[in-house]
Amino acid sequence: MIALIALLIGIVFGAGLTLADMVNPQRVTDFFDVLGTWDPTLAFVMGGALIIAVPGFTLVLRRSAPICATAFHLPVLDQIDRRLMLGSLIFGLGWGIGGFCPGPAIAALVSGMIEPLAFTLSMMVGLYLARRLVLGSA
Amino acid sequence: MTAQSIIMALTGGALIGLASVLLLLVLGRIAGISSIMSGLLSGLLSVQFDTAFRWRLAFLIGLPLGAFCVTALGWTEWAHMRMQVGFAGTIVSGLLVGFGTALGTGCTSGHGICGLARFSLRSLVATVIFMAGAGVSVFILRHLIGGA
Repeated sequence: MIALIALLIGIVFGAGLTLADMVNPQRVTDFFDVLGTWDPTLAFVMGGALIIAVPGFTLVLRRSAPICATAFHLPVLDQIDRRLMLGSLIFGLGWGIGGFCPGPAIAALVSGMIEPLAFTLSMMVGLYLARRLVLGSA
Repeated sequence: MTAQSIIMALTGGALIGLASVLLLLVLGRIAGISSIMSGLLSGLLSVQFDTAFRWRLAFLIGLPLGAFCVTALGWTEWAHMRMQVGFAGTIVSGLLVGFGTALGTGCTSGHGICGLARFSLRSLVATVIFMAGAGVSVFILRHLIGGA
């Protein structure tokens, strides 16, 4: 039941990414090419998401618990440390190279092209390496 | 960009926001794709396919299924997809994204949407930095190396 609900929510998420054309790497790199072929699409996507998510999160977090779980699982870290900044910088540099971030790459698996698959697998290797080498967990 | 593409971007964004709110409302979880992948990896490595593994796998399978639905309705076409780098570049990009999001505990969805929606200062800092990082890469590849 929980898995079915998660599947349906994932479908909505993936449909949103695709409708917004975030699955097309050029849309993303063009957003960052302010001095070249700038395309503001990404800003509208994030804007559209936040218009729903800001009031939505505020309302949901007034509840004492979610509908199908005993408690909210929210991030516990609140320090702005070097690890956060360095990690985000590395992520951003990688994002700008290929134009893929995690969600769109996984959604784009349905294209049947080799790049989204190669990206997704190498991303899992990167996740593993960071956890193994830096974060000290497997 | 045309009026139609602005409406598509806003609508797509709204669906992403809606899905994030629903995941929090129903399962109490943050819809951060890199963190969900990281949790999935934990399950795979420890060979524990419990509820925590299954909802993550189901959610991630939903992403390409959602993309498929939009394709089936004729609202997108994949022919216009333009890769920005070759195969080797794709691998380098994936390694950096995986490594960076594990270290920075989040990506565009986790920090950029869910974190900002919770008014998390950590997520705001992360979002500003990864946006800047992406800008640096694009500038180097297109204007310094590519000479575009």
